[in-house]
Amino acid sequence: MATQEMLDQYDMTIGIECHVQLATTSKLFSGADNDAREKEPNTATSPIDFGLPGMLPVLNKEAIVLAARAGKALNSEIAHVSRFDRKHYFYPDLPKGYQISQMYQPIIIGGHVDAPLLDGDTVTVRIHHAHLEEDAGKLTHHGTYSLVDLNRAGTPLIEIVSEPDIHSAAGAKAYATELHRLMTYAGVTLGNLYHGNMRFDVNLSVAKKGATELGTRAEVKNLNSFRSVEKAAEYEFIRQVELLEKGEAIVQETRGWSDATGKTTSQRSKEDAQDYRYMPDADIPPVVLSDEDIAAMQAGLPALPATYREAWSSLGLDRSVIESLLSTQSYAVLISEIQQSFNDDVARRVAHWFSSAVAQTGEEVAIIASNFAPEGYGELAEMVEKNELSSTAAKEIFQELLTSTDTPRSIAEKKNLLQVSDESAILSIVQEVLNDPASAQSVADIKAGQEKAIGFLVGQVMKKSQGKANPALAQKLIRQELA
Amino acid sequence: MTVIADYIGRTARENVVNALLKARENEEFNAILSYSEERALERADKVDSGEITGRLAGVPFIAKDNFLTLGVTTSAASNFLKDFKAPLQATAIEKLEAEGAICIGKANLDAFAHGGSTENSAFGPTKNAFNQEHVAGGSSGGSAVVVALGIVPFALGSDTGGSIRQPASFNNVVGIKPTYGTVSRYGVVAMASSTDTIGVLASSIEDAELVMDIMSGQDTKDMTTLPDFFAPAQLEGPKKIGVIKEFMDEGVDSEVKAATEQYIEALKQKGHVVEEVSMSLLKYALAIYYIVVPAEISSNLGRYDGVRYGARAEAGTLGELYGLSRDQGFMQENKRRIMIGSYVLSSGFFDAYYLQAQKARTLLVDEFNTLFKTYDALIGPVAPTPAFKLGENTSDPVKMYLADIMTVPASLAGLPAISVPAGKSQNGLPIGVQLIGARKSDALLMALAKEVE
Repeated sequence: MATQEMLDQYDMTIGIECHVQLATTSKLFSGADNDAREKEPNTATSPIDFGLPGMLPVLNKEAIVLAARAGKALNSEIAHVSRFDRKHYFYPDLPKGYQISQMYQPIIIGGHVDAPLLDGDTVTVRIHHAHLEEDAGKLTHHGTYSLVDLNRAGTPLIEIVSEPDIHSAAGAKAYATELHRLMTYAGVTLGNLYHGNMRFDVNLSVAKKGATELGTRAEVKNLNSFRSVEKAAEYEFIRQVELLEKGEAIVQETRGWSDATGKTTSQRSKEDAQDYRYMPDADIPPVVLSDEDIAAMQAGLPALPATYREAWSSLGLDRSVIESLLSTQSYAVLISEIQQSFNDDVARRVAHWFSSAVAQTGEEVAIIASNFAPEGYGELAEMVEKNELSSTAAKEIFQELLTSTDTPRSIAEKKNLLQVSDESAILSIVQEVLNDPASAQSVADIKAGQEKAIGFLVGQVMKKSQGKANPALAQKLIRQELA
Repeated sequence: MTVIADYIGRTARENVVNALLKARENEEFNAILSYSEERALERADKVDSGEITGRLAGVPFIAKDNFLTLGVTTSAASNFLKDFKAPLQATAIEKLEAEGAICIGKANLDAFAHGGSTENSAFGPTKNAFNQEHVAGGSSGGSAVVVALGIVPFALGSDTGGSIRQPASFNNVVGIKPTYGTVSRYGVVAMASSTDTIGVLASSIEDAELVMDIMSGQDTKDMTTLPDFFAPAQLEGPKKIGVIKEFMDEGVDSEVKAATEQYIEALKQKGHVVEEVSMSLLKYALAIYYIVVPAEISSNLGRYDGVRYGARAEAGTLGELYGLSRDQGFMQENKRRIMIGSYVLSSGFFDAYYLQAQKARTLLVDEFNTLFKTYDALIGPVAPTPAFKLGENTSDPVKMYLADIMTVPASLAGLPAISVPAGKSQNGLPIGVQLIGARKSDALLMALAKEVE
């Protein structure tokens, strides 16, 4: 077992490759439907995806547009000339015997991602490049036979390759999370992790602190959640340190991750690595883009997370609140709209409501709202500011508002939650409570200088008013009556 | 001269039936692999009823069996695809059908178009139309022979390194290999994507022009097609023509050389200026070709794996399924090219072979381009010899490859090149002459040839 003292002597170095499924209508090189979810096997295919003799790829221009937008989100340069190459291997889910990819001249070059850590730091990860490629199909194994489904074959992907700039498991998670936000905000991908819209390969090596050379790396492939990226990195770090401490060498290999066991296992060593015999694909002319083409493709890119973080700095929100809101673009848009059409105080209040709603649901399945109109939420927050609603009542209305088109006032009225701030109405309840013999002890305590006892009396007023009395006003009136 | 015009004057049914009968009479040549009788007769009736019209209404043709066609198998002369029925048609076929032409069958070829004699067919060699002991040439051997025998007025071929021009020259017909990208490659079994071209073999230049006019043009299904530039043209004034010195060297058969010189004389008599030119890089063309093309072949043939269609071997494991299916489905020459191609693309050899060959190819293109600043066309033989004997070169692949030495340069450079009949040898074997032009000068080459036809 690696002790903390042992681990402290090592640094980890991580580079991440991320496959992002592009949200195009049709496939990268055919007119077949790109949305294979819930489809019968081999129904979202064309003769091109099937690799029939004589079929030729026809490049989907929408994929080029989305790649250009991805490049902007990554602060990258878009190549004026990019090309496609063939990567050869045999597998039943690969219909042509090669995958069309970009080996030599990728479309996205350089760039960087600034990923915020929850402790307030930011990890900056440089992007080496990102290239376009087609996905393979899917195999399912049934004992003595296997079935091939080519629905996913030909789906456009961009593979984003980072530099080895990450040195913690938390940093790996932060980078993966931020990448997901960038790609979904930019409209490049639907970003559904459950359906594998983004998949991460974590390359990790360890070396003694201060060492000038990196250690031998292992690659953990096909991670499909931010949490598994973090956990796999943590596990690999310890595994590799333990091996080195035992005097053993790290094997350069591909490893798989199991969420169930929380472990990585060896899949394939470097010796088994295939020779992909890359060559230019002569069926596809080079993609030539002028500065004007690129600008037109990138125009109208929606605001990215950094824009929101900047805009929200005046709200005084905790970093964790900000990040939980950013987990879903529509929430970020909504809070910003509220900030603009109401004010910071209103926006802050709504931000906290959303943040706790997200926390309750879990951030990777944060589809809790169907109502994204800013007016209702803003009005609700204003009603609290004006003491028309208690914060408890507001939370109840907020939950309903998430999926309702009703106004908060109408919901409050229907639920009879409007706070009573009418002094005379509350005064009569206060007097009733003070005259109740059950209150005698508390009244005596207060008069003896025990301030805390007022809480019981306020509670009684709230109870009698069925929660509608403004508690601050009730307290004021109690003091006034006892003075 | 046009043969097609004669067909237009008759009923389509008569044309189709006559063609089918003549094909049956000549089965000893083994030029045709399959017939599309039912579909052909159906279409003939539609032409005769006026439902189908067009510039080739009722004209029968035969397609090389690497064109995807409805109503008949598309085997590429391979065991792998011997029972393969395509669910769609090649763009070239679609365009011809849209003008009323009728495909009556599929012509023999070297399997997957790998070869220069049609001896590599899984269904036996095609025999030369003029002497059955000699090869038809290839890989479009069947297409050349059916035109030479008068079964159909034209046939479709594909030319990757000479596969239309060389069999055309061996069988005394016109063979057109257009500028790369003139005709869509969609629906034609791919050999080498960067040099594959679709063209025609015909009885006359004029007929070939008509077919090229119909087939050419941009296709949204083939990104490498050029916007339509082809239109039959007339010559305006005398042209300057270069005789490629390296093609007239001692390696060339004396009768071939004499026939070429005679053709040059005819051009001169029409007032054209003919001069000798030299190309220093031609000696590398064959080496470049036999690196680049096998590399592309090894890639394009990866899809024939026995998983989705075609022949599948009985196998116990996935590795066996691939190995045995490919072993049984491919011919010796297919395997040789796949192995060469895989080798030159493999890690550690890619730079030394494939990349180096591509650089040399660029230099060769430059050398051609420089010449076309001065000359309107280049001339030389199509092949160093007339049709060789069946079996003569089969045991020596290098000797077989050497027969391509005059046709591969234009293929590597994507240039139009046509083969036109230029007489016969003393023992009656046809000899062809090749005209090579700058990119998109296809119509000019044909106009030149028409003058001395």
